[in-house]
Amino acid sequence: MPEPRLALRGVKKSFGDVEVLHGIDLAVNPGEMVCLIGASGSGKSTLLRCMNGLEPVDDGEVRLDGVDIAEPGFDLAPIRQKIGIVFQSFNLFPHMTAYDNVALAPRRVLAEDARTRIEALFERFGLAAHMGKYPDQLSGGQQQRVAVIRALAMRPQTMLFDEITSALDPELVDEVLDVLRSLRDDGMTMVLATHEMGFARELADRICFMDKGVIAEEGAPDLIFSTPQRERTKQFLASVLR
Amino acid sequence: MTTRRAAYEARQRRRANLLAGGSTAVVLILLIVLVPLAPGWEGVQASFFNAEIFARTFPDLLSAFLINIAIFAWSVPLIAALGLAIALARGARAPVLFPLRIFGAIYVDLFRGIPVVLLVYLVGFGIPGLGLPRPWNSPYIWGTVALVLTYSAYVAEVLRSGIESIHESQRNAAVCLGLSERDTMRYVVLPQAIRRVVPANMNMLVALQKDVALLSFIGPVEILRQAGIFKSLLANFTPYVAAAVIFLCVTVPATRYADYLMNRDRNART
Amino acid sequence: MKTFLTATLLTLTASGAFAAGHCSAGKTLTEGTLTIATGNPAYYPWVIDDAPEAKQGFEAAVAYAIAAEMGFADNAVTWVRTSFDEAIQPGAKNFDLNMQQFSITADRDRVVDFSAPYYTAPQAVMTTVEAVDAGAKPTMESLKAMKWGVVASTTALPVVTETIQPTQSPLVYDDNANITAAMQAGQIDAALFDLPTALFTAAVLMDNGVVLGQFDASAAESPDQFGALMPEGSALKECVDEALAALTASGELAAIEAEWLQAAVGVPLIK
Repeated sequence: MPEPRLALRGVKKSFGDVEVLHGIDLAVNPGEMVCLIGASGSGKSTLLRCMNGLEPVDDGEVRLDGVDIAEPGFDLAPIRQKIGIVFQSFNLFPHMTAYDNVALAPRRVLAEDARTRIEALFERFGLAAHMGKYPDQLSGGQQQRVAVIRALAMRPQTMLFDEITSALDPELVDEVLDVLRSLRDDGMTMVLATHEMGFARELADRICFMDKGVIAEEGAPDLIFSTPQRERTKQFLASVLR
Repeated sequence: MTTRRAAYEARQRRRANLLAGGSTAVVLILLIVLVPLAPGWEGVQASFFNAEIFARTFPDLLSAFLINIAIFAWSVPLIAALGLAIALARGARAPVLFPLRIFGAIYVDLFRGIPVVLLVYLVGFGIPGLGLPRPWNSPYIWGTVALVLTYSAYVAEVLRSGIESIHESQRNAAVCLGLSERDTMRYVVLPQAIRRVVPANMNMLVALQKDVALLSFIGPVEILRQAGIFKSLLANFTPYVAAAVIFLCVTVPATRYADYLMNRDRNART
Repeated sequence: MKTFLTATLLTLTASGAFAAGHCSAGKTLTEGTLTIATGNPAYYPWVIDDAPEAKQGFEAAVAYAIAAEMGFADNAVTWVRTSFDEAIQPGAKNFDLNMQQFSITADRDRVVDFSAPYYTAPQAVMTTVEAVDAGAKPTMESLKAMKWGVVASTTALPVVTETIQPTQSPLVYDDNANITAAMQAGQIDAALFDLPTALFTAAVLMDNGVVLGQFDASAAESPDQFGALMPEGSALKECVDEALAALTASGELAAIEAEWLQAAVGVPLIK
């Protein structure tokens, strides 16, 4: 058994008086793809944001390659480049071209002019013609792919995806999911919060069903989708797979 | 190939234009006809709209306006730089920079609260009065300092509101890429914030252009002072009207441009 | 008719026993009252303590003398305050006479009426002890090299730019107080005032003020003369001029000047 890339133990998180994560335990192995599913408000996004330190956790451990990044006062800056995140709302910088969006962090953080590498990424995800365009000149699907490229340009070993297709028109969803397939083939370690059940079932190594701030049930996709054990899981799947 | 809708709208437009043109013409005619009928019109005309005096004083007023432009031109970059510095000081989050935040807050409260005229007197006469040698006691220098103090306080507030209007998700995206606080501000937040407050700052520039005239209180003969001198020598107010014409030639296009930018910004965001 | 009235007035003046308002009857704002305007505030030595009713100060004294000549008793004189701008603005005025060191000029005379001059003001140069110590002298050559300040609403600016022609362009201020501040701040070396104002400012407002010299008023092409300002076309002008003529002829005007503006002697002439 290799050391997990990402290991959470007893992670708790509250916003004000409301505890939204009630002690999460989760380990993600290198090259594994884990999908978090569950109703809105079940804590999927918050859990993702705790994994890269964007939300400081109240209690518990978040170990990235064995280092506890949840320790209060831990300097997160150096580990940011090891773990990328892509958001539902893209969050591209609207005043920069697609290329500059991607090139900013490598230039400032890695002190690297990564032009060839970045151009190769645009090429790979079918956006070579759009490098000079501004975000508002791109479709939602294109913007989201640029956001993925932006995260990849930092050469992370782990990627977090926070419902990255939820804000897209249905016909644009596939082009973004294709990107995820391609990353899966590369062996990228990935954690996704998603509502794309078909996609999750097809590609995930493991499904975690989240309910009210806990991982209520987890297991291989076929097991979860075909023979869910918990009543809540059944209800949820019934409602989304209708 | 006109659709029924297009033809209808064209008719409506013609009708609207006709009404607007007609009512404007009526108002103008009433003004032109009625005002001169007022019993004091001749006196007012001689005092304010004297063509001969207008022509005689206009060239000198125009050259005095160059002083306004010069003061304006060297004030703007200073205001921009100091305003930005104050805005950043006010937004400083690190505890060790707390004194800077307090300083920024006091600065803004103080200099927005003091009337510009008072500041012009206080700084323009007061600081040189401490014993500075020439040319360092020039009213141009200290008058400019007074304008910069006031306007940088306003600009700092405008910029700060711009910075705060940038959605937290932009900061998050930058931070998650590993960018430092500083780089996040410099490359992600500030460029967007500055763009967003361009219209508000344009209005600030128009106001500054007018407030430059306050420097005349401490000596420099800019356009309003020059007009005042003519008024006094000629016992006639026409030079002020001439000065106003010159001002309008600058401020009206500038204000319109600001409005245009503001509209464009509003349209872009919807 | 008018000649007759004038003649009567002159006779009566000479005898000193005429009834009030013969000449000015029906010509003042309020019948039987002469309304005179002064500055706000009014300055020494023109009006002492900003109280013209006390008849103290040169212009206050002249005003009451004119009023008396015109047949107004002291208690028939009312004072109002105006700025320069109010004095020249179009429309109805709230004064019959306005006396606040208005210099008579042809340009101004087109817009308002002036009485005959009641004072010929020599222009005088005020500077600082420091400037004198540094070598400032009452010579044109020395004046040219100085940095000048003047009050905007006076006729001093043309004198500076045309007569003195300094090497640096003068700075211009709203009033004497600002000139004083600028001089204390070292922003100007010299200021041009009428002599009485220069003497007062140097002695009272400044800590280190000096009147460097005066221009010879009798030698100037157009000497700076103060006249009482009246609305354009004022019917009262004739009466005021007659009163002033009588005051001049009787030596009373000279006596008032000697009483209030006596310190003017001893200031060197500028060569």
